Amino acid sequence: MSDKYIKKATRHVNQNEDLIFERSSPGKKGYRLPPLDVPEVDYKQALGQAARADLGNMPEVSEMEIIRHFTRLSTWNYAIDLGMYPLGSCTMKYNARVNEVVARLQGLAEAHPWQPEKVSQGALRIMKILADCLLDITGMDAITLQPAAGAHGEMTGIMLIHALLKSKGNPRKKILIPDSAHGTNPATAAICGYAVENLKSNAQGMVDINALASQMNEDVAGLMLTNPNTLGIFEQEIHKIAAILHDKGGLLYMDGANMNALVGKTRPGDFGVDVMHLNLHKTFSTPHGGGGPGSGPVACKKALEPFLPKPVVMSKPDGTVGLDYDRPQSVGRVRMFFGNFGMHVRALAYIMANGPDGLRQTTEDAVLNANYIRKKLDGTYELPYKSASMHEVVFSDHLQSEKGVKTGDVAKRLIDYGFHPYTVSFPLVVHGALMIEPTESESLDELDLFIDAMQSIAREVNEDPELVKTAPHSTRVSRLDETAAARKPVLRWKP
Amino acid sequence: MRYLPKSPADRAHMLREIGYKSIDELFAPIPAEYRLTRDLKVPRQMAESEIIDFFRACAEDNASGYAVFLGAGAYHHYRPVVIDSLISRGEFLTAYTPYQPEISQGTLQAIFEFQTMICELTGMEVANASMYDGSTGSAEALMMAVRVTGRKGAVVARTVHPEYREVMLTYTQHQGLPITEFGYLENGRVDMADLEKKITADTACVMIQSPNFFGTIEDVAAVADLAHSKGALLVVSISEALSLGVVKPPTEADIVSMESQSFGVPLGFGGPYAGVMATKEKFVRQMPGRLVGETKDSNGKRGFVLTLSTREQHIRREKATSNICTNQALIATMATIYMTVYGREGIKELAQQNLAKATYAANEFAKKGKILFQGTPRFNEFVVQTKQDPHDINNRLLEKKTIGGYPLKRFYPELGNAALWCCTELNSKEQIDTAVQAVGQ
Repeated sequence: MSDKYIKKATRHVNQNEDLIFERSSPGKKGYRLPPLDVPEVDYKQALGQAARADLGNMPEVSEMEIIRHFTRLSTWNYAIDLGMYPLGSCTMKYNARVNEVVARLQGLAEAHPWQPEKVSQGALRIMKILADCLLDITGMDAITLQPAAGAHGEMTGIMLIHALLKSKGNPRKKILIPDSAHGTNPATAAICGYAVENLKSNAQGMVDINALASQMNEDVAGLMLTNPNTLGIFEQEIHKIAAILHDKGGLLYMDGANMNALVGKTRPGDFGVDVMHLNLHKTFSTPHGGGGPGSGPVACKKALEPFLPKPVVMSKPDGTVGLDYDRPQSVGRVRMFFGNFGMHVRALAYIMANGPDGLRQTTEDAVLNANYIRKKLDGTYELPYKSASMHEVVFSDHLQSEKGVKTGDVAKRLIDYGFHPYTVSFPLVVHGALMIEPTESESLDELDLFIDAMQSIAREVNEDPELVKTAPHSTRVSRLDETAAARKPVLRWKP
Repeated sequence: MRYLPKSPADRAHMLREIGYKSIDELFAPIPAEYRLTRDLKVPRQMAESEIIDFFRACAEDNASGYAVFLGAGAYHHYRPVVIDSLISRGEFLTAYTPYQPEISQGTLQAIFEFQTMICELTGMEVANASMYDGSTGSAEALMMAVRVTGRKGAVVARTVHPEYREVMLTYTQHQGLPITEFGYLENGRVDMADLEKKITADTACVMIQSPNFFGTIEDVAAVADLAHSKGALLVVSISEALSLGVVKPPTEADIVSMESQSFGVPLGFGGPYAGVMATKEKFVRQMPGRLVGETKDSNGKRGFVLTLSTREQHIRREKATSNICTNQALIATMATIYMTVYGREGIKELAQQNLAKATYAANEFAKKGKILFQGTPRFNEFVVQTKQDPHDINNRLLEKKTIGGYPLKRFYPELGNAALWCCTELNSKEQIDTAVQAVGQ
């Protein structure tokens, strides 16, 4: 591939869209309100000193300009709809359009969260059916759909652990977290009031059972484990891990970020997990939308059920679905109303489109894709851990760093080949990590193109490392000065 | 399965390439006793048309096309069609967090515009890229005030949304941060004397909501003076963002935590919404959540990046300002488009219509019941006290395809048969008259 001399597409008007404020001028309008059918009120008189003078620099533009502005901006984004987005641990899979259609049905999209239960039966039924599906998928006994995202689910789960242990007399002091964990895990443990103790992994990239046994004691509330872990490796001794914790009265929390490797093939509830969260925006295909909304339901075993956030969705004896607020042992509420209901709708639509056979096939394809990439790139990039891969594979930049090229450079060069980069420099246990998660959504052709690109970049590293170190070369903007952005932050436009 | 782009031959080819005989071999790392050998108990695989039929039936089992007089933290406003048209573009919908700025400038610039508009509206100097929602945002604001002041605990008005208060309690109970509540007066505003009694030398912040849960606009400057005189910060929570079209922004506050659902986000049975946090520049390094900043590329061209991430969990881990990772980028984009459509004049005009509708409705309700908290300015919500239980009134209204005000007894038993009513630009005079009639029956 010799796109070395490609011209940057910066001259075209589409590529130079200003900030919306720079398009604004007084008197332009993008709206018209219907005539008021009640008497007008002079707001300055009605509000007195509380009245506002004006709205400062808010934009004034026409509808045409709005469409063009945001459409142009959108074209500067990469997206799954454009191609492979192999961000490890982020599970960038296809977001089905039927999900968007059903979430916008009037009776759902315009439902007020506090409208009476009897005129909310449709919404409550959706939540109940989704809850039941997720319980069977995880092998758990009880669930809350309230948490708004993965990290919010983690917080809820650790609060459940705290509440159960406290009810037994001692909430304990520490949470054990493997060195390969997501950054949210230690941050969550900290905001729940726990001290974090690091747990080293062994040479196979798994939890070191002996280390765990020696670190586990009556001060430890639990272990936060991602399984498969962030190296894409299934913790094969998971039953021993659970036993070590349970023997000393601790609990096993599972970060469900990597559940896309397990759905329909195995259930965390069966292998000893006490409480876990799911990321509906990963495993269950709700769109990432440029970084949210997410949704992080938390499923748990019977012993933790009394402590779930309130309200809990439940079937009533008369066949209707209701909300149970009468939960004296609840940890409380973690979000107003019932969580990100719109994401619940989409996740259920995904489950229905798949069925049990489709969910299983999805998991199998996700794992097959990752292993295919691993096989084809092993040797071109160093594979630091040889243990079997599940849904993602982690290489290192060891071979490339001899030429001064880092994982971040390879990632930027990948952009020139039309792919979104993999996750860079994570997990921290691998120096210079390249963390690749293709998901099930990639065809054999796309995978082969990606593999070709990665091999081609490896050749470029040897032949012309500068080409890689200064990539990307084909984007609207080149490498951005992140240091300057942080040193003197400009966080808003000013006239 | 229609979402999976592989033929059986592709799968067989790939297995051969990696040297496996069967798919099951790929799952060998899972101990045999934990492998699931049955089908999951989930609905069978359905056609797209069946899925739509199922959800349509659910939607019809919900109130659909009703007149809505509920506000209380979730507001029924008109959503211009360009919002869904634009955010349905795959480039916004199916992108991830903009960690690779060269191919994420669309999301980054939209969020930079969002941050700017939030600053303009709230009168604050900096705003983040969004929080999960107004309730969790309030909890994060409180924890931020603790970090800024080095003090422990907060004094929170009882007129802050009751579910926001529940969420704050859940968050803070694990951090040894006591929350004390203070009361309200007959005019609906916070009780300053009670507040003065409850602030101590260890109070990190005072939190009020304005317009408050009863719809009353607080005297923010007076509360700020009192809080600051005791060395505490003032956090102002705003659940009805549209109020900022006519209500003076809380510039005296140190932190503003706002729910932006009113700006083009569907009611959606409670979510997803988007919270916002805005503050003074000097506190920015204690602010949680993602931030977008302006910078230049290697050719000197303007561009945007995620910045100040050393505050965040993926770098700081257990020492981070918060465990928050996901923001609500797509919802923030909706709000940005909404704020752009209405803009400088439209947000004001729309807010004026809300004020006019609520004023008309309150005057009409006053003929049949008692309007509480008179004599202080309100925006689009007001409290009506009636002889009858508001639940009975609401049941009658349901027959007229109308959802009445929120009965307050659950959270404010002292108010008796009172309900919180909300009127927006979507409530016609006819709807209001119908509702008033039912109250009087």
